[in-house]
Amino acid sequence: MTIALTNARDIQSRMSHLDALEAESVFIMREVAAEFQSPVLLFSGGKDSIVMLRIAEKAFRPARFPFPLMHVDTGHNFPEVIDFRDRRVAELGERLVVASVQESIDKGRVREEPGNPSRNRLQTTTLLDAIQEHGFDAVFGGARRDEEKARAKERVFSLRDEFGQWDPKSQRPELWSLYNGRIRRGQHMRVFPISNWTEMDVWQYIEREALEVPSIYYAHEREVFRRDSMWLAPSDFLPRGEEERLERMVVRYRTVGDMTCTGAVSSTAANVVEIIAEVAAARITERGATRADDAFSETSMEDRKREGYF
Amino acid sequence: MDLLRFSTAGSVDDGKSTLIGRLLFDSKGIFEDQLAAIERTSRRRGYNQVDLALLTDGLRAEREQGITIDVAYRYFATPRRKFIIADTPGHIQYTRNMVTGASTADLAIVLVDARNGVLEQSRRHAFIAALLGIPHIVVAVNKMDLVGYDEAVFERIRGEFSDWATKLPIKDLRFIPISALHGDNVVTRSLSMPWYQGPSLLYDLENVYIGSDRNLIDARFPVQWVIRPQSDEHHDFRGYAGQVAGGVFRTGDDVVVLPSGHRSRITRISTLDGELEAAAPPMSVIIELADDIDISRGSMLSRPHNQPMVTQELEATVCWMADAPLRPGGRYLLKHTTRTVKAIVDELRYAIDVNTLHREAAPELDLNAIGRVRLRTSDKLMLDEYRDSRTTGGFVLIDEATSDTVGAGMIVRSGPEQHIEVA
Repeated sequence: MTIALTNARDIQSRMSHLDALEAESVFIMREVAAEFQSPVLLFSGGKDSIVMLRIAEKAFRPARFPFPLMHVDTGHNFPEVIDFRDRRVAELGERLVVASVQESIDKGRVREEPGNPSRNRLQTTTLLDAIQEHGFDAVFGGARRDEEKARAKERVFSLRDEFGQWDPKSQRPELWSLYNGRIRRGQHMRVFPISNWTEMDVWQYIEREALEVPSIYYAHEREVFRRDSMWLAPSDFLPRGEEERLERMVVRYRTVGDMTCTGAVSSTAANVVEIIAEVAAARITERGATRADDAFSETSMEDRKREGYF
Repeated sequence: MDLLRFSTAGSVDDGKSTLIGRLLFDSKGIFEDQLAAIERTSRRRGYNQVDLALLTDGLRAEREQGITIDVAYRYFATPRRKFIIADTPGHIQYTRNMVTGASTADLAIVLVDARNGVLEQSRRHAFIAALLGIPHIVVAVNKMDLVGYDEAVFERIRGEFSDWATKLPIKDLRFIPISALHGDNVVTRSLSMPWYQGPSLLYDLENVYIGSDRNLIDARFPVQWVIRPQSDEHHDFRGYAGQVAGGVFRTGDDVVVLPSGHRSRITRISTLDGELEAAAPPMSVIIELADDIDISRGSMLSRPHNQPMVTQELEATVCWMADAPLRPGGRYLLKHTTRTVKAIVDELRYAIDVNTLHREAAPELDLNAIGRVRLRTSDKLMLDEYRDSRTTGGFVLIDEATSDTVGAGMIVRSGPEQHIEVA
């Protein structure tokens, strides 16, 4: 008995915070696989969804994933990220569904706002249409609670109504690790397995697991221009004013989203270890530093989530 | 580096937001753009100082009404530990949110305003923390600056609180005099209270030993999911995936499969990273057995000489979380570990006044009420008492019609009721 106890303590004392977070995330993924008919995992090629893919490997190998992956493609992605996405999916041998915002536009499901190059808001309709078309009842997202204050209040299992809406006032209590996966017809569940991870945890995990990430996360030389106190990369879909002059800078991206609203940060961090050092010293949140879409108002994330956003 | 989850409960004016703000700020858990945003809002509202509560109140309704409604999770780290704060409202109408935040916490911080002494609200927080089995409770006697850093005030509160808390099953109760506003004894020891010889709050959070809080004796492995690749390479592979809920499982161990009672032996424990000699909570692993027996989600692996109670009857303390009250005869779904069964409320024995701890007869349990019930289930459950295991001793009740989570239960006793013969 004494030996058993000592060993158990040894096992526990060897567990790091990353081990504890990983064990929790694996548990959540398996719960979803067991309790839903048709889950799907949102994979954007960004660092958080890269971690989710690794968690899925931990949860289900040596079998295949009991769900496909899905990318909501705005058509305004960084080419490096799309290359990475396709390579990673091929390596894993899993199935990828691409839901295209361009198709939603072509079909007249959504209209681009004149003068607003961002397709960020349009993604919601494309996502909801794809959920309905494929009959998905659970959707894994890589959102983290440390990202944003509305997300800090969202459950791991987050119920969406027929319109994909989040109702923050009637969230189900979530106790212990007992997740309630029951839904009614038309509803679906958004599930966030890495809710309790921070930006730092994600990078430390990427280092520990030696995970590949798209090259734009690392420092590189790029032509950028200044808009709304952010460094944006020029592209065909982002018209530039005359006064917005291009400058050549050494930058990297802290988040990966639409090219039209994701800003680069000035950085020389060329590898994971240097990024971890940079994150440790950062004084601005990742979304604050890099996302034009969150700067609109104090509740813009809550508003978009209510409409069915990720 | 390990992880500590702690909960805080409080409402406007008791300094909870200031305390959390200070912990986050001093450990660099608040960023400049977040601070700038709440500075702007504070200015717009005409406040004299920055309202740190705006950091934690993330929902529109909360910001508009200036109250905390829901549980918010906050994250910070020091070189010693990572921390997850479950920040909950303190008012009685949000008891269910406090219970939710407390359910996963290793430690609870109970705030007491030094000027007011031990009020109902602080007692309620401590009771909920004890009920949910939080092993460590730190009573932070706040606003010491407003009572002249007087040792006598602190000692009086400590005495009163300790006397009252003897009624509660609290393993580890500590008291720290602080001023969240001025930072006394929050991160660093206070120079204003030389009479206090103990550690600062953050030092306690960084150093409290939680390694012995998990149940490392009663081996329990609820099966979540069966892994069968059905590929050429892994043709015969059949692995039981789950998270260890208690005790230690080792390769070669004899196990009993519940509820069927079949016996087998562990041939392999593994993760994606390879084979393991042993697994303990909270590891998520895959277990393979020597025999091909019927095991599916909802089965539990245990040790032949240390088994949970296998039963369809149980008695539990329930916190009610729905507008429609719990009544005797009520039917619900009950989710316990990876098993969901139907349940009927056979009896509502009594309700507990969360302020006085008194038991009182009650025809029903309303939203936020806590009471003792007897339940009968449609199928067998493998149960431990909550005080022995928060994982195999806790359950939720789900309304079958609305699919909402309506109650949280902590098992007090399992098995049929013990009838005492009366001569």
